[in-house]
Amino acid sequence: MLQEHIVRSFDQALDGLRRTIMEMGGLAENQIESAIQAVVRRDTGLAGEVVRLDSRLDEYEDAVDTGAVRLLALRQPVAADLREIVSALKIAADLERVGDYAANIAKRAMTLSQAPPGLRPVSGIPRMGRRVQANFKDVLDAYAERDVARALDAWSRDGEVDDLYTSLFRETLTYMLEDPRNITPCTHLLFIAKNLERIGDHATNIAETIHYLVDGRPIRMSRPKGDLSSFDIDAPSRGEEIEE
Amino acid sequence: MTANVAEDMMTETDATDTPTSPAEQETLAKKMVARDVDVFYGAKQALKKITIDIFENEVLSLIGPSGCGKSTFLRCLNRMNDTIDICRVNGDITLDEQNIYDPALDVVQLRARVGMVFQKPNPFPKSIHDNIAYGPKIHGMTRHKDELDQIVQTSLEKAGLWNEVKDRLAEPGTGLSGGQQQRLCIARAIAVSPEVILMDEPCSALDPIATAIIEELIDELRQNYTIVIVTHNMQQAARVSQKTAFFHLGDMAEHGPTDEIFTNPRDNRTQGYITGRYG
Repeated sequence: MLQEHIVRSFDQALDGLRRTIMEMGGLAENQIESAIQAVVRRDTGLAGEVVRLDSRLDEYEDAVDTGAVRLLALRQPVAADLREIVSALKIAADLERVGDYAANIAKRAMTLSQAPPGLRPVSGIPRMGRRVQANFKDVLDAYAERDVARALDAWSRDGEVDDLYTSLFRETLTYMLEDPRNITPCTHLLFIAKNLERIGDHATNIAETIHYLVDGRPIRMSRPKGDLSSFDIDAPSRGEEIEE
Repeated sequence: MTANVAEDMMTETDATDTPTSPAEQETLAKKMVARDVDVFYGAKQALKKITIDIFENEVLSLIGPSGCGKSTFLRCLNRMNDTIDICRVNGDITLDEQNIYDPALDVVQLRARVGMVFQKPNPFPKSIHDNIAYGPKIHGMTRHKDELDQIVQTSLEKAGLWNEVKDRLAEPGTGLSGGQQQRLCIARAIAVSPEVILMDEPCSALDPIATAIIEELIDELRQNYTIVIVTHNMQQAARVSQKTAFFHLGDMAEHGPTDEIFTNPRDNRTQGYITGRYG
């Protein structure tokens, strides 16, 4: 860990920036959890709460932006200090987007709650959600602890999230083919899954930022890509269909 | 699996860790080279095994806390340390592959090739014109007044001072403002056609505008000269130099491309110093 600055107010300002990011991350984490719960439990009240709280994340991002620009102007930071501030800006932007996805999931949860219950692919959402949440939590912890290995670990697991998304994509397609009345709820489900997958991508962005923050260099490796659904042009083959 | 992935990625980034891309380095010629330079003031060692290449058309800034040896190193490059009796220099320093500590070498000639600008502007108590003309005259660079006037004008132009002083060349140099005096000293250094210009805190006595003018000048001069500058101002080092060397207690702790030193220093002492921490 680095020593303290001779000018202590600089340290206090940097600490403040770090704390804001961690609080913001905590809120984003809660938003994801609540949004997923709202989908699974068909809880419109909870969904409304997620949508309402999204503006808090925007406020956090504003606070980080203002603080970071202030520090850049007043302290002319270099080296680790500069990376700290640039990283805070980037991570805040990622967290804000994560919040938007959570809010979108919550809105779709409200719509889905009007559809008849018992739609099978819904069960895939919490599974995918758990994986995304685990990665997301890991990168936030890695940020707090400046733990590059942990960040890279989460980063390398994003492919699994993509795999889950691809299989959920195929599953919903099957349901839509079976019964056109499934198309509306399944489309919402698909967007929910896509939102989760995007949240996972932002978690990998944050992991990359942590690598840069601690190590001073970007990760020189292409990110794991598991989402192949963009290449699907046809319905899944009969063999993949779900029995029943 | 994941720990391995992390390790692989880290080694991969390390492998590409070259200070300057090879292609870029090839195009620049080494102007001065220092190898294992030790400097002693009596029994006290002021510099320890300094090894660095100074490239043509680049600005090298030397930074570090007071007493770290950066000015001592600068003064080795044109043998200014010779004037200090108890100072002893070991190791090799070459200018265009010629050893500058060779006993056969003419030190006066060396100092014409490696000029110097000091912290405090120190114009001679003479006219502006004579300040510039003095060097070319004693070096016998010209015998004709026209030629000499031409050198005075060109030098003042290169130092960005001509337009401000062309109508008062006969006035004393000491009557100029601080920033103008410093540019006069730079013009004086340029007048003897040096190849390398050493600057020891050239802006520390100047206001921000005069500083900016000198910094712009340094950047222009880089096209024709090799420049080594000692500065306490981190932002100045970051702004004007392509390479930076960080000195600490007589060691050169780290040197490399300026942008890397200021975004991602490798040495904790550098990190501590440039970010304003206890070091």
